[in-house]
Amino acid sequence: MGFESLRQSLLAGERVVAFTRADAELGARLLVWPDDGRSEGTLTDPDLDRAAAALATADPLPATGLREIAGAEVFVETFEPLPQLFIVGAVHVAIHLVHFARRLGFRTVVVDARSAFATAERFPHADELVVEWPADYLSRVPLHVNTFCVFLTHDEKLDNPALGVVLEAGVRYVGALGSKRTHGKRVAALREAGLSPELIDRIHAPIGLDLGGRKPEEIALAIAAELVAVRNGSAASGR
Amino acid sequence: MLDILPDIDRWHAAGMKVAVATVIRTVGSSPRPLGSRMAVSEAGGIAGSVSGGCIEGAVFEEAQSVLEDGRPKRLRYGISDEQAWAVGLTCGGEVEVLVERIGG
Repeated sequence: MGFESLRQSLLAGERVVAFTRADAELGARLLVWPDDGRSEGTLTDPDLDRAAAALATADPLPATGLREIAGAEVFVETFEPLPQLFIVGAVHVAIHLVHFARRLGFRTVVVDARSAFATAERFPHADELVVEWPADYLSRVPLHVNTFCVFLTHDEKLDNPALGVVLEAGVRYVGALGSKRTHGKRVAALREAGLSPELIDRIHAPIGLDLGGRKPEEIALAIAAELVAVRNGSAASGR
Repeated sequence: MLDILPDIDRWHAAGMKVAVATVIRTVGSSPRPLGSRMAVSEAGGIAGSVSGGCIEGAVFEEAQSVLEDGRPKRLRYGISDEQAWAVGLTCGGEVEVLVERIGG
């Protein structure tokens, strides 16, 4: 039934489209990997398999739901990679944000060049903890369409080069902590570095939904809420 | 799906049969989106959900025969507003689930 292959792909973060017959051939299944065109299984009819494979390799990928394909009723389900969250800055807010984000289904990676902050003791709950210059690290990892980046360092030497990397990569969400004044300085520095105003404008700042909180855990919750709003395409995201 | 994988892996590792129910159609307001899943082990374990709690019991019962004979089922539940009130839910919609045995 293709369950094992589906399981492995989901854990590896691959995109998969699953087709399952919902009619007389109930449960017959075809899996298609849109990124390399690979497939596994069958809907018990070669014409139907071909029509399904064509759907699965189209852009955009089909929406999840029942649909009629070549006269058959088929449940189509598109699996996208797990949203991943890069938190730049192993600061106090980050400790709480890792908790919320993982609970909300984000694969969560904390990056900071300062080894005094980025310790396993402070971040036992992160999926990954990276002690490296954020710009170097983010330049070499895959930043897929479902990537969210949060900048919390308060240190422009760490934040700004990495901000440039993720803005140019076109990730789903970029947010940066800081007052209006801090953000004004940041915008000026990024312009200086040659980034276009349109790209710079994609930064969510001030970061997070306005929940009125000032404690680290409240700020983390406001950021987590904004990530969810963006993931769901809610108007609350402000975009 | 990812949320129920650890439970499924554990059950399979213990040599148990596992059935999975998937929400394939919803009408009106339904508490869980398409593709939501509930897994049931032959020892009676449950992971995940396919509604806000109103149909899980019924799906669990149906899953027993699927676990036994391996034949998938398509089930349809209409949730009337009255029933919804009775169990303290406000679904008032309609849900269809596909139940199948996985991995054996």
